[in-house]
Amino acid sequence: MSAGLKVLAPGLHTTVQDLGRPGYQAIGVPVSGALDGVSLRLANALVGNPPGTPALEILMSGPTFEVAADTVRVALAGAGTSLAIGPEKARVVAGQSATLPGGEVIEVVVGRQSACCYLAVEGGITVPLVLGSASTYVRAAIGGLDGRALRRSDFVPLATARASHRAELRLSSPIAATGDQPIRVVLGPQQEYFIEEAVAAFLGAEFRISQSADRMGMRLDGPFLQHRHGWDIVSDAIMTGAIQVPGSGQPILLLADHQTTGGYPKIATVISADLPVVGRRRPGDALRFAPVTVETAEQLCRTEERRLAELVAALEPVRAGHALDLGSLYDGNLISGVVSGVE
Amino acid sequence: MKVRFLSAGDRALVVEFGDRIERALSDDVLRLDASLRSSRLPGVVETVPTFRSLMVHYDPVATTCADLERAIASLLDRPPDPRATTTLWRVPVCYEGSFAPDLGEVAKRTGLAPSEVVARHSGTRYHVYMLGFLPGFPYMGDLPHELALPRRADPRLRVPAGSVSIATTLTAIYPYESPGGWHLIGVTPIRLFDPARPRPALLEPGDKVQFEPIDPVSFASIRKAVESGQYEVAKEPISR
Repeated sequence: MSAGLKVLAPGLHTTVQDLGRPGYQAIGVPVSGALDGVSLRLANALVGNPPGTPALEILMSGPTFEVAADTVRVALAGAGTSLAIGPEKARVVAGQSATLPGGEVIEVVVGRQSACCYLAVEGGITVPLVLGSASTYVRAAIGGLDGRALRRSDFVPLATARASHRAELRLSSPIAATGDQPIRVVLGPQQEYFIEEAVAAFLGAEFRISQSADRMGMRLDGPFLQHRHGWDIVSDAIMTGAIQVPGSGQPILLLADHQTTGGYPKIATVISADLPVVGRRRPGDALRFAPVTVETAEQLCRTEERRLAELVAALEPVRAGHALDLGSLYDGNLISGVVSGVE
Repeated sequence: MKVRFLSAGDRALVVEFGDRIERALSDDVLRLDASLRSSRLPGVVETVPTFRSLMVHYDPVATTCADLERAIASLLDRPPDPRATTTLWRVPVCYEGSFAPDLGEVAKRTGLAPSEVVARHSGTRYHVYMLGFLPGFPYMGDLPHELALPRRADPRLRVPAGSVSIATTLTAIYPYESPGGWHLIGVTPIRLFDPARPRPALLEPGDKVQFEPIDPVSFASIRKAVESGQYEVAKEPISR
């Protein structure tokens, strides 16, 4: 039988995602891909995969899998998340790889620090690419596993049946919670459709992420943002991170699965360096916005790319005694008392 | 040519030609889109044409908004290519019975007989302004002015895939079952979007469309041919 992860419990919304399918927005296909591309890339780096290898995006509540392969190397990335392995629930914290034997049960434990986390598997998940990407876009049922979120008893196919022999890797410092720093935006493209007080309120006030939040976008509760002359514009294209304001005066922050076009004015756009931060925020969390210029945002994007490259370059082998290699541990009958020291 | 450059964050630039649904604006948008695609500027990831603007997605590691604005401004000065061609698609539509749940109401509200609504809808050659809302969803116009109606007050939760619809000055086809507020006056048996095809969206921005009325019997036989991969939508090249 081919290698895979058998889904014992699917979690709230677990999907296969990579870095998305750019190139098809002109024909109405959203880019999709990981809400938090930084964590996806870190999870992949920890298991030795190229950055855009398909992995599992886990939202709000964690799935449970059984390993159906000889051995698998996995890594989780997401603040405050961990893997609980086997009946002892031995913990592997996020930001560290681990190799597990066939039959082992992996539960993804998510805390309250991040809305999303990523489980990468060495070699990657092998679903057919649709328009060049494995990303799941549920609304049109494309990508991923049959174009939908995981269900109980699904089989997530893996590229390799056996983990490579090498040391486990971890981040040189643990993944920190994101904190509540303001989300940086570039005003526009339609800030002129709002009265000055609305732009000031948008930048000055605190918003709260409502319960209406999914991969398409999050509705924000906060001050009423008054349009200058109505809220209909002739449809134009939408960028991920755009903050559109319909007639309700309550903004919607558009995420990876957003429609490619729309007819509401967009007061501002979240800068690309802060999109992963937005992706980690949960319903009920507060959001504040701070304006930057396009030039600054472009600079921040380049800085963030360098920071990520440095994080990947600084991955370090896990010291003996801290590695959770259940395959060899079982062989040596050393399973008791194995708990990672970095939490 | 007078355009406005609007920033949509640090990865997209909007080239705005106007704020109306108008053929001349659309032609300008599509002309810039074509020249951007052929000039392959460094750092440009993809372009998205709409009724009145072109969004240019870029990678700020490879270029900047300022450099792109300069490059686009010089492309805008190029004269249009008089030899440019496009494709006319002949899309079969059944406008009868349960295929056309809103035809009666459209007829009543426009003061036309149902057959006149169909004759006008199928007697017009449409321009595909843009795609959006769902993969492969084409916004086409312009509708004969007698057929212009606002969207339905009560949008449907489920519009069947293939539904041919009208609202305001536009007509569209729903590629997937989805919620929708447009008036449904027919169904096409063809498949608007299929990611496995070399050209996933049947209709692309700038294409022309003519609807060809068919009866339920032909609908069933075309649908069968579509499902077995034996049907090709009739098309011909025409000048822009």
